[in-house]
Amino acid sequence: MSHHIVEVNNVRHEYADGTVALQGVSFRIHHGESVAIIGANGAGKSTLLLHLNGYLTATSGTIRIGDFPLTKSTLASIRRTVGMVFQDPDDQLFMPTVFDDVAFGPLNLGIPETEVEQLVENALTRVGAEHLMSKPPYHLSGGEKKRVAIATVLSMSPDILVMDEPTSGLDPFARRQLMTLLKDFRHTKIFTSHDLDMVLELCERTIVLHDGEIIADGPTLDIFCDDALLAQCRLEKPLTMQGCMVCGKK
Amino acid sequence: MPTIDGALFDIKKLDQLALGSTAIHRLDPRAKVLATLFFIIAVISFGKYELTALFPFFIFPVFLMTSGSLPVKYIAKKVLVVIPFALIIGIFNPVFDRTVLVHVGSVGISGGWFSWASIMCRAVLSVGSAIILVGVTGFPAICSALERLGVPQTFALQLHFLYRYIFVLTEEGSRMAKARELRTFGSNGKGMKTFAAVIGSLLLRTWQRAERIHMAMLARGFNGDFHTRQLFRFGRKEVSFLLIWTFVFILMRLQNFPRLLGQFVTGLM
Repeated sequence: MSHHIVEVNNVRHEYADGTVALQGVSFRIHHGESVAIIGANGAGKSTLLLHLNGYLTATSGTIRIGDFPLTKSTLASIRRTVGMVFQDPDDQLFMPTVFDDVAFGPLNLGIPETEVEQLVENALTRVGAEHLMSKPPYHLSGGEKKRVAIATVLSMSPDILVMDEPTSGLDPFARRQLMTLLKDFRHTKIFTSHDLDMVLELCERTIVLHDGEIIADGPTLDIFCDDALLAQCRLEKPLTMQGCMVCGKK
Repeated sequence: MPTIDGALFDIKKLDQLALGSTAIHRLDPRAKVLATLFFIIAVISFGKYELTALFPFFIFPVFLMTSGSLPVKYIAKKVLVVIPFALIIGIFNPVFDRTVLVHVGSVGISGGWFSWASIMCRAVLSVGSAIILVGVTGFPAICSALERLGVPQTFALQLHFLYRYIFVLTEEGSRMAKARELRTFGSNGKGMKTFAAVIGSLLLRTWQRAERIHMAMLARGFNGDFHTRQLFRFGRKEVSFLLIWTFVFILMRLQNFPRLLGQFVTGLM
């Protein structure tokens, strides 16, 4: 199936103030792959993500999602294909109730109301949040907000799931819960994160961004074993790969 | 001392009240919005010296409050917040308007006192009924009702978003206020200058957030039209609620019942 493929070709992005955030980024992500995009603060991760659903337009270079190049005319279908979950769930959840929020995407797609109800229920059940349906978003806890935010894109049945810092701000239990949830998804997954232990567990492939360029792209484990690379990119080995602090054993 | 956090908690409480499930809560919001609107129009349309004819109007807020089982004390407190404004609006009436309207024994009561009392009475009635409306309906439902009653979607949306982000914004504001407070010593750092900087940066943060929300909306196929579910049903209950109350308001507007009662009592004697 070609429609789950993300192809980024020599994308360059220059902000209006002249800052070059991406300089010639290329990669290809295949169907069902789970890929992490990591790098220091300001390396260009968020800018890159915003290109994947056409919120930002590349200064030069092309992006293909599935069978279509990303252009103005394909924008609507691409935004359905690429479900994007933002870092701060308060930005993602803007409707008066959880139900309305999860229904927002499907209603915009013109799906009839009777079916939307079912879609919303399915999406919320999927993330274990069906009991929150009639609650207003500001009454939810951080973990609940995050799960509902994921449901808001699941209800559009995206093929590709893009998440910015999925585990940030969650307590260990909520983080574990979220990771278990994400592990079960069969979508093509693209995450950015500083939570490298999560990356190690969830993503078989990692792309390292450094000053707007891809400096490494390969199996996650290989990248985390390259100490020189990690140091250069202001990164560190995931804690699970570091020695034990108490007994000193690796 | 009133704090931002306290105010926030208060709004949340009103929100929670609106989750009730009494018959009044279950009515279509449009019926309640329209009835309250007619009520307020009736109340403010009286002449400026009218006082006694306003008293029967208390029946509407009292009815909503009891049938929606709202806590009286809480609502009264909310109304009290607004009263000082009404107090100030009418405060000079007794000074300027000294025409004596009524004699109680040998003491003449001037028109100014009457118009002042009338302003206060109207303020309590209209503000009270508006707060009660929110308490038995919920703010988002009122927005949707307004929209379906023909208010342009842009305005209704503004209200929706205002209400949704009031919580986020006040939390952000109170975090900044706390951060400032923890690093001010004595009067240093408390002045207008830092205050302006805090407000300015709050504005910029709000701006950035608005941009992120817009992104999230676009990412889910937003194209300018706002689709919401049409949950309301304007059925027989709503029609009778609206008709009966409108009839009562018109009747109370046209007839001064306390005076009728007075005449009836004096007629008996």
